[in-house]
Amino acid sequence: MIDSFYIAWKYLVFSKTRSATLVACITLIAVLPLALEIILDESERQLVKRADTTPLLIGARGSALDLVMNSLYFTDEVPQLITTAAADDVANTGLAAAVPLYVRFRARGFPVVGTTLDYFDFRRLELSAGHPFAILGDCVIGASLAQKLDLKPGDSLVSSPETVFDLAGVYPLKMKITGLLAPTHSADDLAVLVDIKTAWVIEGLVHGHEDVTRTTDRSVIMDRNENNVTANAKLMQYREITEASIDSFHFHGDTAAYPLTAVIALPHDDKSGTLLRGRYLDENTAYQIVPPAAVIDSLMTNIFRIRNVLDAVILFVGLATALALVLVFALSLRLRQREIDTISRIGCSRSTIVRLLAAELMLIVLVSGVVCAVLLWLVRVNSGSLVRALILNH
Amino acid sequence: MISIESLHFAYPQDGFNLQIPAFSVLPGQKLAVIGPSGSGKTTLLNLIAGIYTPDSGTIQVADTAVHQLDDARRRDFRITHIGFVFQDFELLDYLTVLDNILHPYRITRALQLTPEVRRRARELTQQMGIGDKLQRHAGDLSQGEKQRAAICRALLPRPALILADEATGNLDPENKTHILDLLFEAVDRHHATLLAVTHDHELLPRFDRVVDFQAFRAAGSA
Repeated sequence: MIDSFYIAWKYLVFSKTRSATLVACITLIAVLPLALEIILDESERQLVKRADTTPLLIGARGSALDLVMNSLYFTDEVPQLITTAAADDVANTGLAAAVPLYVRFRARGFPVVGTTLDYFDFRRLELSAGHPFAILGDCVIGASLAQKLDLKPGDSLVSSPETVFDLAGVYPLKMKITGLLAPTHSADDLAVLVDIKTAWVIEGLVHGHEDVTRTTDRSVIMDRNENNVTANAKLMQYREITEASIDSFHFHGDTAAYPLTAVIALPHDDKSGTLLRGRYLDENTAYQIVPPAAVIDSLMTNIFRIRNVLDAVILFVGLATALALVLVFALSLRLRQREIDTISRIGCSRSTIVRLLAAELMLIVLVSGVVCAVLLWLVRVNSGSLVRALILNH
Repeated sequence: MISIESLHFAYPQDGFNLQIPAFSVLPGQKLAVIGPSGSGKTTLLNLIAGIYTPDSGTIQVADTAVHQLDDARRRDFRITHIGFVFQDFELLDYLTVLDNILHPYRITRALQLTPEVRRRARELTQQMGIGDKLQRHAGDLSQGEKQRAAICRALLPRPALILADEATGNLDPENKTHILDLLFEAVDRHHATLLAVTHDHELLPRFDRVVDFQAFRAAGSA
């Protein structure tokens, strides 16, 4: 009986560091391109799926990619702002329904998406608990966000100030969580969905404060006449919308000029879509209309180009590592010459010695294969979150 | 047990020439071979074991003409009929004492590793005083313990002939005597023949016969 694998295993276990290094090298070389393949496939799936289900996007002229990435995947890059008039224009054409988006603010690092309830229907979002936002200050949170921050309906979430030292800037707003989204495996899982007006409250365009006509604190009033009362910065602004304070919230200026980051246009049919696109062909208009699928397609082409380069790099690194492994193995054979001589003198044939060494190599490859399979399984299972964290940045 | 006639062997690299007109060892004999370094003592053991093949002449061990065997048969003959105790023990550090002793059984089809062999291995290590060290790695043993393990490995297949190359050369005087006692006991127990190369003249009176290799080469026979 020849126990090549038993002896080989004993040697590998005894030489733990050498064995672990060899296994790590082989595993890395095998896992890297395969894991990259899985992540890129998943990123393509996620990007394309969401882009394919979003017919048209209207935003300010500029980077179409920034517009798509912010509107579909809620990335940090905020495109140039447009106004609600853009959404009204789309609705007024009668060619498409318009879903406004204002994705600018964050709450504890997660994107606050100002929109309307139409967004829920459009994305087919379902609630696993609670109800949709109904009044100013309500919000609905994504499943992953709820899990990460351990939040549930009834809890509250505070929006983040844009800059700590900008006293005139965006103040934090304490929002009430009214609903929890069922998992969607998309960017919505990590979003805080609020009514578009709530997003404007965060910005300060819609605000509530104590009634200056009834205040007894004279130091708050700068000027008072028959038609107007002017208060100074001492006037207390509400940073939480409650039943008691909601009536004091009001708009300033023309709401048509209020900001949006984009408008999702949902054409009634293909022809309407084509007609709508035609209206934005003029280079002089302030808006651009983009089909997200085309933008993502172009992005994927670039990613695949980069992948080809990466594949080539990995191939060369793999070859270099393979050569290094051969060298390590050859050197270790030289170091083990005495041992080989000994077993040869005891009565071991040359072919058995080769078999022993082959068994070692096979075990190393086998263990590397197992580690590789486990790692790839982990990458596959977590590919969705990895893509969101590494590529979509949310 | 051993019969050598008209043996000639030369190392092509360094011009070393070994000529043995006639040499024999009787069954059950304990024979010591002495002589200066480079006189060909270890070469003789390697020729008898079939590790080297002679350029000419005959080597007969028991009923087997070793010089006529092909490589594979010489290996099988060596592993089944000859126990080799090396000067530097030649244990494998990555194996435990028990695995080292059983190692010959794992590298050839000529020996079968059965539960009976395992039982004998344990018994042998008990007799050699290393029964409690079976699961220790060879590298963790003292010199004396290593040599006992090496002797166990050589004796386990119950060889008819034991070749010991400076088996006590690396041991302190106390261990030297003790190991030799154990080796002689084991040889007697197994009714084996012992051919031991040694530099230690104090041990010579204990052997049945001593051959001075230099004198032997000069005389041309022994």
